[in-house]
Parts: sequence; C-alpha cells; structure tokens
Amino acid sequence: MMDATRAEVCATACADSWDDAGEVLASPFGLIPALGARLARLTTAPDLLLTDGEAVLLAEPPPLGRESEAATAEGWMPYRRVLDLLAGGRRRVMMGATQIDRHGNQNISRIGPWERPKVQLIGVRGAPGNSVNHVTNYWVPKHGVRTFVERVDLVCGVGHDRATGAAGRFHDVRVVVTDLAVLDFAGPDRTMRLRSVHPGVTVREVQERTGFELDTSAVAETRLPSAEELALIRGRLDPDGLRYREVPA
Amino acid sequence: MRDKLVSPDEIAGRLRSGMTIGIGGWGSRRKPMALVRAILRTEVRDLTLVSYGGPDVGLLAAAGRLRKVVHGFVSLDSIPLDPHFRAARQRGELAVAEYDEGMVLAGLRAAAARLPFLPTRAGLGSDVPALDPELRTVRSPYPDGEELLAMPALRLDAALVHLNRADRHGNAQYLGPDPYFDDLMCAAADHGYLSCERVVPTEELLRGGPVQSLLLDRTHVDAVAETPRGAHFTSCTPDHERDEAFQRRYAAAAADAASWQAFHDEFLAGDERSYQAAVDAAREVNG
Repeated sequence: MMDATRAEVCATACADSWDDAGEVLASPFGLIPALGARLARLTTAPDLLLTDGEAVLLAEPPPLGRESEAATAEGWMPYRRVLDLLAGGRRRVMMGATQIDRHGNQNISRIGPWERPKVQLIGVRGAPGNSVNHVTNYWVPKHGVRTFVERVDLVCGVGHDRATGAAGRFHDVRVVVTDLAVLDFAGPDRTMRLRSVHPGVTVREVQERTGFELDTSAVAETRLPSAEELALIRGRLDPDGLRYREVPA
Repeated sequence: MRDKLVSPDEIAGRLRSGMTIGIGGWGSRRKPMALVRAILRTEVRDLTLVSYGGPDVGLLAAAGRLRKVVHGFVSLDSIPLDPHFRAARQRGELAVAEYDEGMVLAGLRAAAARLPFLPTRAGLGSDVPALDPELRTVRSPYPDGEELLAMPALRLDAALVHLNRADRHGNAQYLGPDPYFDDLMCAAADHGYLSCERVVPTEELLRGGPVQSLLLDRTHVDAVAETPRGAHFTSCTPDHERDEAFQRRYAAAAADAASWQAFHDEFLAGDERSYQAAVDAAREVNG
C-alpha cells in the first residue's frame, strides 16, 4: 500500500457518499467532492451523471481543472433543467457549509442579523430546495468550532429537526465529510455522530474542534483508499494535484 | 412588422424610479451589462431587482440605485460573492428578499402564466419563510394533504436581457450552452428589453444555430439595442468570454470609496463607447 495523503482519504470518503446513488446527477461543490464524485463514477457508481460545471453532461469523468477540454457530451443540463431535475429527486449533492449544527441545519447565507449582516455570504442558493428534495451531504475542508456551531445564524439547508411535514417527505441529509472525520446523523434523536476519524486523527481532537457534543459511542477509522483508487486519483483524475489546494498535504 | 431597434440609452430612458426590474443571465454570465451601464447614466433609483445575481446587482448597488434585491445568490462565479453587494449589505443599505433558486424560478413561472402563485417544496423547513413574512403555504386539496410553499408570482415591470443575435423585431437567439432564464424574465414582465451582440436580418438567424436556439419571439420584446461586447465583463459565449482580469479589478475597487471613485472615473463616467475604449486601453496597459 502506498501512503495516502489526507486529501486522498477525504476524496475517497466523499466518493463513498455516492456509492449507492444509482443513475442520478452528482452535484459536488468543491474540489475534493468533485474528485470524489468522479472517483465514484469510475469505481462503485458507474451510472452517475457528471457535468462540466456548466450545461454539458460529460460521458467520461474529466481531470480536475480540465473540464473544458474536448470531452464527449452525453446530454444537456442547463441550470433550469437542474432546478427541475432536483425537484424530481434524481440528484445527489455534496454542498459546502459555512456553519452546520448538530441536527444538520446548514448556513451559507450570512453571519449576523438580517438587516445588516456582519458578514454577507453567498445567499441561500439551492440549499433549501436541495435538502428537502434529495440526498444531501456536506463537505467542510477545515473542521473547526466556527463551522460546527450550536445554532446556525440562518437555516439554508434543512436539518433533521426541521424536516417535518412536506419538508420531511424526501429529506435525507446523511453525512458530513471534513478534513478530520466523517460524521453522520445516527446519534440520539438523529443528532450528529462521529462515524469515523481519518488515520492520524483522534476522537478528542475532533470533539475539541466541534462546538457541540458529538455522539462518540462507536467511532471507526476512515478507510484508506485502495491502490486502484490512488492510481485513479493521481494518474487520471487529479494529475495536477489541485486537491492539495483544499486539504494541504 | 414593427422596427424595434433603439439605442441602449433609449431603453434606459423607458425605466422609472421605483420599478421592479428583472435582469437576465446568471451570476457573471451573459448579463445585459451595457443596459445596466445605461441605467447608471440616468437618474433612475429605488429599483427592486429580481436577478440570479452577478455584477449587475453589484454595479447598481454601488451606485445606490437599489431599494431591494430579490435573489437566490449574488456571485461573480470565479469570485464567490460580488464584493459591492456584500459591502452595501454590511453597511445596512440594502433590503433583500432571499429565496431558494428554485423559488425564484417558480415565481417567474407563476408571473409568466398570470397565476398568483405556484406551489413548491423548496423553502419549507428553512429560514427563508421567516425572512419574508408575506410568504404563505397552500394545502393540497387531494388526499395527500401536503402543505407546500405558495411562491408568489414575481411580476416585473420590465425585464432586461442580453443575447447573441436578434433581428429588428425582437426575435432573439442564444448561441452559448445555456439559455439561463431570459425567456421567463421577459414573459414575467410588462415590457421586455433586449440587447444583443449583433442585429441581423431575420433570414440570417438560422445560419448561427438551430431553430431551438431562437429563445425569444417578438411577442416578448418591446425594444432591441445592438451593443457589441454588451455583456462585458461577464461571459457571452461564443462571442466573448468573461474578462477575468477586468472582473478582478472591478471586485478590488470595492475595497473603499476612493478606489471605487477611481474605477468609476476611468470606466463609468462616459458613454458605452468610452467604456469599451477604456477597457481596451486598460488591457493594453496591463498586457
């Protein structure tokens, strides 16, 4: 076994979030999730649909950063079709999170009050619709108490405690992958649980960098990439090493 | 058939303070920037803007022309957030109605079909309804009984869009990979205003692309302006790509009032011709 870097462990953990997705559109936000979706497409999830980040569905996964190079299109997916398709549920995303709480409520809109935010962020984007329509996962490249908070300033992505009624019918927030760990919502009352720590990371370290108490009753170690996965990451999907911009080696 | 060809300034001259205006494109892609610059040359203010936001929002916010922005995001794509929009918000100067991207689409579709609302799942459970106390839910009359969000129609006084080609009557064509929502913006508006890279005779339209690329028909367009490189500095594939260097300069100018004044004086103090000339001059200086 070659030594895998932390970024590569993160990429395979992200890939695992798509392994049972079937024939749906994969929408990764961030470099490591994009690497993960493409890795899943070449290994455990061969039926995934991938885009070039704009309006083209690509027949084969492109290397990171080379999405616009000549590639075979297998379909057309402009933004309005993405919005229609996600309402039909045939999509699985991995979004970012400026804040996330123990129930999986996520914020990417603003920090501070509505009328005069301390920090204006991107806006709710598609987070409300994604989280009530299809499987939604999150990627946090720098696990810390500023992100993992007791209470988010604005609920964009819907968490388990608020997924009631029609909002709960297709709600399925599953995992949060970070540079330290994989977390899910299998704790008491569907609260956040530490599922696994990446090799070299301790449970205590993750808890110290989390702003609320985690369920740590059954923590495993995140799996290492296989030799095949490492070869695909290094040789085919990210030969330029863009993954280290998000998670330094 | 009516000849609708006018100048960008004539289109801007048809707008009034206090209007609700929809702007087409998406983020920093195919925005009707020449029309936005034409608005900056008028006295129009207190606008409510509906936009999949980009530098259109930023420019109008920086000039103090906006009362409210209705949006799902305001992004420059290669720069995650428009810094002029961010600065205006953080100074507490700008009201916003922030919706899920799909809610904006539902609101435009409702307006285009003259419906009061469309039901949608997007927004339920999130803080979006709490941010807009006027939002209501609607219960399905069928056995499922689901209670969904009733997204109100986003009716527009005017829509501004930029496409690649058009004829003088308002038939218009996109040649890039994505139509965005420009046809819906025009359908949701009392008046549709179009700028394009090049006006061509009707019989030449299909030389550029297949019949499906004719996104707008003339029922939705009141006036047409020819504005070559009129989406600059956003992308207008295949006529021109995004001017990343210029966009970085625009973003950096949000740092303080002095740097914004300098940017304004260099690029925005004159007409569209002097803007394009200043862009070329800046490109030569910077290589």
